[in-house]
Amino acid sequence: MTRFLLAVLRRDLTLAARRRGDWLIALFFFVMVASLFPLGIGPDPKLLARIGPGVLWVAATLASLLSLSRLFADDHRDGSLEHMVLSPEPTVLLVLGKSLAHWLIYGIPLLLIAPVLGVQFHLPADAIGVLLLSLLIGTPILSLLGGVGAALTLGLRGGGVLLTLLILPLYVPALIFGAGAVDGVLAGTGAEAHLSLLGAFLILTLLVAPWIAAAALKVSLE
Amino acid sequence: MPDNVLLSAHDLACTRGDRLLFKAMNFGLVAGELLLVQGGNGQGKTSLLRLLTGLSRPEAGEVRWRGQPIARCGETYHREMAYLGHANGIKDELNPLENLRFADGLQGRAFDAARAERTLGDLGLARCLDLPCRVLSFGQRRRVALAALLLAGATLWILDEPLTGLDVHAVAQMEGLLRDHLAAGGMVVATTHQALNLAGVRVQRLLVGNVAIPDIAASPDPVAEGAA
Repeated sequence: MTRFLLAVLRRDLTLAARRRGDWLIALFFFVMVASLFPLGIGPDPKLLARIGPGVLWVAATLASLLSLSRLFADDHRDGSLEHMVLSPEPTVLLVLGKSLAHWLIYGIPLLLIAPVLGVQFHLPADAIGVLLLSLLIGTPILSLLGGVGAALTLGLRGGGVLLTLLILPLYVPALIFGAGAVDGVLAGTGAEAHLSLLGAFLILTLLVAPWIAAAALKVSLE
Repeated sequence: MPDNVLLSAHDLACTRGDRLLFKAMNFGLVAGELLLVQGGNGQGKTSLLRLLTGLSRPEAGEVRWRGQPIARCGETYHREMAYLGHANGIKDELNPLENLRFADGLQGRAFDAARAERTLGDLGLARCLDLPCRVLSFGQRRRVALAALLLAGATLWILDEPLTGLDVHAVAQMEGLLRDHLAAGGMVVATTHQALNLAGVRVQRLLVGNVAIPDIAASPDPVAEGAA
């Protein structure tokens, strides 16, 4: 079981290392979207700090969407998805491995660049710390829920747009709690409540999403 | 049906959209036997093979492995079955060895690099071990997929047009591999439009759809039809 999971992870990470364009584009998209707001709104530090958490979180969800349509599509096209589904291990494990790999490839770079963008929005150091923590808990949710959408829209024409419409509403709780945690620090009410809810949402997603995605994948492959 | 039947189909029916491809299909396959699925384009050969793998579900009837419906065998069936479809299932960015390593990982097996290299060498890929599969030719990529099939060590091979893109030499080699696999008690379900020289093999023919096609399995000279 672990060998299977490691094989999936290792393969997807190797592929990402050979196709750097894919995740670099998502990362630059994140940076660009977040940078457009200070340029468009003007350099008022108070206003920027007020909208910063929300903007960064919205940018993170959009950047994760950008890569999701290819989560299963590439493997579907060259036939390797069938081989993976036909392996003796349960499909749930495959979905879990692919989602985890997606988070490592697309989520972690966002985490690393987020503090720089936080400075751009004049966020104080403690708020940046909480922003990182909220992204650390929140970005796996984006990858796991995204796996459901990617499996549902696999093989459909115009699947990318449909995926966006399907998945964005599901991202809303993560967005609210994630941005809310940073807002809490700025307002002096503390971030614990929002972070706990975000953590609860992560656990719920982890328990439910892979099963739904696995079922959707089997239907899409038929 | 005799007791030693391992793979069997019972009243299988398959539809694609609104169109009925076949119904009331029955067969049983014993160890060492080849099931040659024949039929014209679009008659449902690939659909039948996908039913047998468990990738899709039949409209009616069921497929059984060792007497159990495959939907309930799950893991045990997938451990004993290997499928090679139209697509090779190999990644263009990885080299042949990395592809085989992943295939082994999927089966939960430790990777035996020496054995993989030997198999690739036997298939004429000894000089391509370090090249990404992207730069390999169509036929060479097919050979990588065949190497994965050989290393899987499965009892039942389900092959959809396994000879596509292979040259005359590789087709002859493939015939030898099929004969060896069957002689060792394995089983093969295959579709092919090419001539196969399978002297001494127990072949069962299954016609899918209603277009009759000439007998190809017993062709004495495989090159005559197949090399084009």
